[in-house]
Amino acid sequence: MLLALPILLPLLTAIVLHLLPQRSRLLRLVAFAGSLLVLGTAASIFVRVQQAGILVLQVGSWPAPFGITLVADLFSALMIAMVSVIGVAVTASSFAGVDPRREALGYHSLVQVVLMGVAGAFLTGDIFNLYVWFEVLLIGSFVLMSLHRTRAQLRAAFTYVGLNLLASAFLLTAIGLLYGQAGTLNLADLARAWPGRRTPGLDAALSMLFLTAFGIKAGLFPLFFWLPASYHTPPAAVGALLAGLLTKVGVYAMIRVFTLLFPDPNASVYRVLLVLSAITMVVGLVGALAQRDFRRVLSFNLVGHIGFTTIGLALWSPAALGGSILYVLHHMLVISTLFLVSGLFLRQRRTTDLNALGGLYRSQPAVACLALIPLFSLAGVPPLSGFVAKVGVITPMLGGGQYLLAAVALCVSLLTVLSMARLWEEAFWKPAPVASSASALHSRLALPILAPIAFLVGLTLALTVFAGPVSSVTMRAAGQLLDRNTYIRAILGEEVPRAAR
Amino acid sequence: MELLLAVVAGVLYASGLYLMLRRRLAQLIIGLSLLSNGSNILILSAAGVTRAKPPLITDGLPLEQFADPVPQSLILTAIVIGFGVLAFSLVLAHRVHQSTGSDDIDTIGPDRA
Repeated sequence: MLLALPILLPLLTAIVLHLLPQRSRLLRLVAFAGSLLVLGTAASIFVRVQQAGILVLQVGSWPAPFGITLVADLFSALMIAMVSVIGVAVTASSFAGVDPRREALGYHSLVQVVLMGVAGAFLTGDIFNLYVWFEVLLIGSFVLMSLHRTRAQLRAAFTYVGLNLLASAFLLTAIGLLYGQAGTLNLADLARAWPGRRTPGLDAALSMLFLTAFGIKAGLFPLFFWLPASYHTPPAAVGALLAGLLTKVGVYAMIRVFTLLFPDPNASVYRVLLVLSAITMVVGLVGALAQRDFRRVLSFNLVGHIGFTTIGLALWSPAALGGSILYVLHHMLVISTLFLVSGLFLRQRRTTDLNALGGLYRSQPAVACLALIPLFSLAGVPPLSGFVAKVGVITPMLGGGQYLLAAVALCVSLLTVLSMARLWEEAFWKPAPVASSASALHSRLALPILAPIAFLVGLTLALTVFAGPVSSVTMRAAGQLLDRNTYIRAILGEEVPRAAR
Repeated sequence: MELLLAVVAGVLYASGLYLMLRRRLAQLIIGLSLLSNGSNILILSAAGVTRAKPPLITDGLPLEQFADPVPQSLILTAIVIGFGVLAFSLVLAHRVHQSTGSDDIDTIGPDRA
């Protein structure tokens, strides 16, 4: 029952939000309370998984390969915990004010729908169910993206919708072909039956289809163009929600499906993924340097750092995978924080164009220092969490003799430092441009808009201080991912695996 | 029968992808719906087509080869999802048309906010 709660609670909250009288203060409180409940559930799931190993819930008591299974291993539990944290921050940021028209159109319940879809995708143990959760979170995010009428926003929404639907069609195709060959949809049952079949041609075709589908959603190199074209238009809270969660769902699904279904580390798909991850890093960061808008710089940084999160899968070692999982967690936290920070500029100056920003350090040094932490954490400046995560990803490359790759990753980190330092210099440090009015300059930023940012920054610092324990948990999560037999046995019972490797 | 379904699925994929590469929003939407119909037919044919053997198991009769109900339920789910998505994207395209008077993606506006 515990496992269903991260899905059921947001659903219930969304329904309640529709039934309540539409007074914004009440709606915000209910949405925030719902997110807090999910956070509590996620924490207890994490504790239980730590103690008892993989948790399994057979929905409707249908036995494993026939019904839909919900599974939480350490990786899922960590992701659910991070989703609920971001859910709390995003719902809390609505206390600072939401556009009344968006609120009337159901903004709060849509946020809950997206949170439900993401939680479902992280918990499901059934590949078709994974597709369904993808659609749930996409529909929620489509509507969130298109609750506006300006031309640029509509254009961004259309790019986003079109390419994500294309990815869904590819995913559905791959699942259909997989079912045609394997005759099952349960991930554990597939993991048991599929890799033993020795059909290299079909294996390659299917793995490339999955790579394309998840690659579009994650924002991998030749497939990421929808992301910087759309993430800079919605309001800051929506940007934080989508940027923090959606690409990571793609990364999660890629890691989950590939570790279970394609356990041959020498398969050509992993060489393709390795090259694509490296190119993603370079292209994302070079793209970021060319941008002159706070949120567009962040979008390109988001793309570039996706490379760090998929490279652990491509390297296929417990250490590299553990490093990538740590990177995913750190990146979700930091990129959401930075999108919320962009809300400060929208609030004060009504723009995130770097040319029109500046002077915030002079008027509010504390806020500028608060923003400095996530910026430099994303860049990987020691001792912040980004540094720890980067060490986790790059050390296994050196250990595995991938010196060129390590050099690329280090150069990309340097570019990130440059890009982040420029953001801080332009947005906070330089004198305010003459055109901006003095009243805008001195309007204080109120507590409601700063509190969620401070909360996330606090967690980033916690991730820095407790980097040792957290990275040992992510290493164990990676070990669980690579040990397929434990996963299979936890779901299908104590049967001897058919194709143990 | 399987050959025919395979050809139909292939044609639907090809025309769907071709339409998605066009600039007009209406063609993009038609392309998307062709693509999702193509993948539905692909699921049906990949799982094997069985003729006139409904998956009804009667007591006493031997279990012969019968049609697999799972792909049909998958397709049903996919059709419902596809319908919802189609309705949403039609509304979105309508709104684009209302605010710009055009359904050419290039005339909607500059990329910058």
